[in-house]
Amino acid sequence: MAETNVEHSAASIDRPDGMQGVIADWASDQRAFKGVPWGKAMMWIFLLSDTFIFSTFLISYMTVRMSTAVPWPPSSELFALHMFGADIPLILIAIMTFILITSSGTMVLAVNYGYRLDRKKTTLLLIITAILGASFVGMQAFEWTKLIHEGVRPWGNPFGAEQFGACFFMITGFHGLHVSIGVIFLLIVARKVWRGDYEANTERRGFFTSHKGSYDIVETTGLYWHFVDLVWVFIFAFFYLW
Amino acid sequence: MSSTTEGQQHPLGIYFKIWGLLFVLSAFSYAVDILEFQGYLRWSLILIFMLLKAGLIVAIFMHMVWERLAIVYAILLPPLALMVLMALMALEADYTHLTRLLYFLGGIPLK
Repeated sequence: MAETNVEHSAASIDRPDGMQGVIADWASDQRAFKGVPWGKAMMWIFLLSDTFIFSTFLISYMTVRMSTAVPWPPSSELFALHMFGADIPLILIAIMTFILITSSGTMVLAVNYGYRLDRKKTTLLLIITAILGASFVGMQAFEWTKLIHEGVRPWGNPFGAEQFGACFFMITGFHGLHVSIGVIFLLIVARKVWRGDYEANTERRGFFTSHKGSYDIVETTGLYWHFVDLVWVFIFAFFYLW
Repeated sequence: MSSTTEGQQHPLGIYFKIWGLLFVLSAFSYAVDILEFQGYLRWSLILIFMLLKAGLIVAIFMHMVWERLAIVYAILLPPLALMVLMALMALEADYTHLTRLLYFLGGIPLK
């Protein structure tokens, strides 16, 4: 392993940059993505496929919303909460957005401390990220419960176009599933970091890969987590604000 | 240790700046709803804030600005195909909408 890593080490200085670099890297009959560990490249490719899944959801939402002849339910009022003696529009969604951004920040710090070989801080930051993610899912469950009580169903609702429910449950449900899986993923990696699996002085190997892991696994986990945040940015804009 | 040399390591300052910026941009997009902007102003502001946030997350938090162009293109160009799907579905949705107005809601009022 060590030899291949040296041989394939980060982008060397003598490689061309820009468009020539693209062609040279792809045509090099070896590893195409210089300076990217295989796990990270695979995560990026998975995220690319996930981008297509979420985009098709959002595009089908666009299609049904554009084509319905019935007014779309007013999302701003629908997602309002009664707080401090007034109805504040979209407040829960805004809080969820800020929580997810905060968790993205703690994640990026975890990646950084991982590369600094600071086991304690990395574990702590990963656990904080997981807790923030779990609270996001909790709020989403609260939001679903509220809407279901108000009579929103995948096949209809009392507020307007029937397609609203189907879009809402499908898009936010699929995103919530991603967050939940992310929380599990974060906790698993946090445990491994804490146990010292990625330290140089251990020979502990991964369960699936039977290779020794290193701290770039934290970065790969981070990519997944930021992607979940990224998707929420689009859902927030198109579903809740539009 | 050899593989840790491949990792993306950057000073913490940039992350804190971007983190703050994301908070501000989120507050702005929420303000679009609070201030009840309507029509094209609302849609363009939503899109601008959304794209800025998405760009910052991908570029800095996901380290895309520091990666080599080969992987940047491999990941960021394919989603452009979705623009074609979006255009096609928008055309289709327009057509469906018109037929629904025509047959379900008693016809389009002629001027």
